[in-house]
Amino acid sequence: MGRITLDKVAKSFGEVNVIPPLDLTIEDGEFVVFVGPSGCGKSTLLRLIAGLEDVSGGQIRIDKVDATHTPPAKRGLAMVFQSYALYPHMSVRKNIAFPMKMANVPQAEQDKRIDYAAKVLNLSDYLDRRPGQLSGGQRQRVAIGRAIVREPAAFLFDEPLSNLDAALRVNMRLEISELHNNLKTTMIYVTHDQVEAMTMADKIVVLQAGVIEQVGSPLELYQTPRNLFVAGFIGSPKMNFFKGADAAGHDAATIGVRPEHLTVSTTEGLWKGTVGVAEHLGSDTFLYVHPETADTVEDTITVRVDGEMALRHGDTVWLTPQDGKTHRFDGAGLRIG
Amino acid sequence: MATQHSRAAARLMNAPAVFVLLVWMLIPLCMTIYFSFMDYRPLRGVADCCVGFENYERFVTSSSFLSSVGTTLLMVGGILAITVIGGVLLALLLDQPIWGQGIVRILVIAPFFVMPTVSALVWKNMFMNPVNGLFAYLWKFFGATPIDWLSELPLFSIIWIVSWQWLPFATLILLTAVQSLSSEQLEAAEMDGASALSRFYYIILPHLGRAITVVILIQTIFLLSIFAEIFVTTNGAFGTRTLTYLVYQRVLESQNIGLGSAGGILAVILANIVAIFLMRIVGKNLDN
Amino acid sequence: MARAVTTQRKIVATAAAWIIGLAIFFPILWTVLTSFKTEAQAIADPPVWFGFDWTLENYSVVQERSNYFRFLMNSVIIAVGSTVLGLLIAIPSAWSMAFVPGKRTKDVLMWMLSTKMLPAVGVLFPIVLIARFLDLYDTHILLIVVLMLMNLPIIIWMLYTYFKEIPVDILEAARMDGASLRSEIIYVLTPMALPGIASTMLLNIILAWNEAFWTLNLTTTKAAPLTAFIASYSSPEGLFYAKLSAASTMAIAPILIMGWFSQKQLVRGLTFGAVK
Repeated sequence: MGRITLDKVAKSFGEVNVIPPLDLTIEDGEFVVFVGPSGCGKSTLLRLIAGLEDVSGGQIRIDKVDATHTPPAKRGLAMVFQSYALYPHMSVRKNIAFPMKMANVPQAEQDKRIDYAAKVLNLSDYLDRRPGQLSGGQRQRVAIGRAIVREPAAFLFDEPLSNLDAALRVNMRLEISELHNNLKTTMIYVTHDQVEAMTMADKIVVLQAGVIEQVGSPLELYQTPRNLFVAGFIGSPKMNFFKGADAAGHDAATIGVRPEHLTVSTTEGLWKGTVGVAEHLGSDTFLYVHPETADTVEDTITVRVDGEMALRHGDTVWLTPQDGKTHRFDGAGLRIG
Repeated sequence: MATQHSRAAARLMNAPAVFVLLVWMLIPLCMTIYFSFMDYRPLRGVADCCVGFENYERFVTSSSFLSSVGTTLLMVGGILAITVIGGVLLALLLDQPIWGQGIVRILVIAPFFVMPTVSALVWKNMFMNPVNGLFAYLWKFFGATPIDWLSELPLFSIIWIVSWQWLPFATLILLTAVQSLSSEQLEAAEMDGASALSRFYYIILPHLGRAITVVILIQTIFLLSIFAEIFVTTNGAFGTRTLTYLVYQRVLESQNIGLGSAGGILAVILANIVAIFLMRIVGKNLDN
Repeated sequence: MARAVTTQRKIVATAAAWIIGLAIFFPILWTVLTSFKTEAQAIADPPVWFGFDWTLENYSVVQERSNYFRFLMNSVIIAVGSTVLGLLIAIPSAWSMAFVPGKRTKDVLMWMLSTKMLPAVGVLFPIVLIARFLDLYDTHILLIVVLMLMNLPIIIWMLYTYFKEIPVDILEAARMDGASLRSEIIYVLTPMALPGIASTMLLNIILAWNEAFWTLNLTTTKAAPLTAFIASYSSPEGLFYAKLSAASTMAIAPILIMGWFSQKQLVRGLTFGAVK
């Protein structure tokens, strides 16, 4: 079981309020991702849940039990650190066994769980090596293995993939998702990468300056971002924002249109512009269009078009938002409708 | 980051070290301050309190004070100059690809492990002795008159001996620093058209700045209290009496505790002036 | 990437380095050689290099005349004793400052370093007085304590920099893994800190072994270590170069060997971690 409830949890370092009082419930078996720009307090929040930091106020409940002042070891949570935090002087086997040794798990049971973890994580051939002899991805797996064998109420991941190269990151992302499907244990995952958030999460918690901006499933966040921050943060490439007359036409202070929701024509449309850079990815093409008329927030409008579309630098294009795909925001940046 | 609990434990764990160092610093220092205001000469049975600043006045106005300060500065400055400049050059040399680098390193580092009394005596007798010393043979070999180093050039001789002991230290530290310079930086400078000399001046030397600072700081700490080298060579004669040695003589040889203590306090103050200056640099380095 | 260097340049650099290295090492080599000569050969004109009658006589004379082994034992007791005592006090201190840094940690560290800058001579008489008052003058315990206090700031600084390198993440991982403070220290911290503690120990034994202000001024006979033993050779009596050399060789040999083994860790130890 792993239902975690945060009740008015707050954290300040001296004078600085890192996290103002905040409520959040994480259901058992959920894969929750905390996402936000660096310094938004997402790691601090994770460490509060882990018990590695003292809360300044509020209550943390794990499975209905007040764990606010329980030491980390007693909370039944396992954590995977950004630096992996493997014990360099121990073999892989000993690293994985360490939490069980601390909990006085019988040797036979230890061996069983290590074998299981090693099989799941493809580590069987490396059990006698030291962490220093492993690649980044293997170390990552050992860190996860060390978490698995504890059979924790929840897994905590603190930006676990940020030290891996791009290709490996995609692989590990899949493996962690798969692991979650198999174990069905609660997982809390911190990242600054919204792609990781979108691809892995059951529920995304978007944080900015210690405040929860929105909680919801990836699609909810994509389709109905609650405010300008979430709208700009979720989705890649970023949403285009328009203000002034363009927005006023929709009874809003700002309107937003995602790059994939703009129709491109070489003959007619709402906004006329010139293609600046065209990035051809094969499957898609991203166009960065310099508008002539549109009242944009950024200098360019990003458009995502089919990969086969043969548009080049200097071409003149017309852009039109697709029906019903325009997001409207009021003067305070909150979503209208 | 820590929790309340570990903070309390930490304070407790740090307490013994703070306590003993505080005691070690304060009690003897207060005693010295107290003695410095007394006319205290145990051999003559004099122990009068208090004579105000008389000891300080006498100590400062005596001709030996100023000359001892001058000697101290010359000695420390000379040793620092030799070891730092020599250390930089030697470090650059040892950084080159050479055969037997490990062995050369060992040869160079060895004098640092020789205890001060040994190195002073070996140099004094076996090298600098005007009759049987190796230098005397060398001078005679070239037809020159052997020099009685320790009485003709006493200050230089001691600077020489102590530099020999500390050059390895400077070299080793600067070598470590040189080796940590990324070769890409040097290659970038080379691509930018910098000559070997300007690479040294604009890239290597600034990179070594921190290490040089550290070398100067640590050596100064140790060099300000050079004792054994003087003790077994000139015993403070022939203008080699540093402030440390002067105070030592006043306290233990002539047993004028009041006067010596006043000198001791002055030594502490002078050392602290240097220390503050140097600690500021180290403190700044700590932040990076 | 290091580039290929012309052989010619390598030969020049090698020759220069070896000449300078041998020149720096020469006084030690000469001392060791002389210790195996007779007194007459020791001052022969011109000097004899290797072609002399090797003899061990000087060593036995030195041992007989001035009881080398007693001084050696004193040196060992004082150097090891002060280092061990220092470590006992410094390990918790450095541990706490490295892993639970507070607002004042930096100030405390700097203050500790500043105590090292206090000139010993400024407190010489009080220490002598206290030693006599406590009836500890010329005892091992006095020198152990004084040298420990002398080197404590260095020990703490060294350990601090070593501990600082142990990632906090790993300690937190251990805590998450259910380790108590005790098992955290036994299973994680100690194995990771051991190399650092060992080199701290080695360096401080060297420093204590070679310390020559307090050892000369706080001992007469009973507790006098090798520094004092050698200083007793400072007034020449007749032919004595070979014996001086033998005594010197015996005084520096143990520490020279230790030093060579520890040279890798030496740098950061001596620079308080400022240079790595």
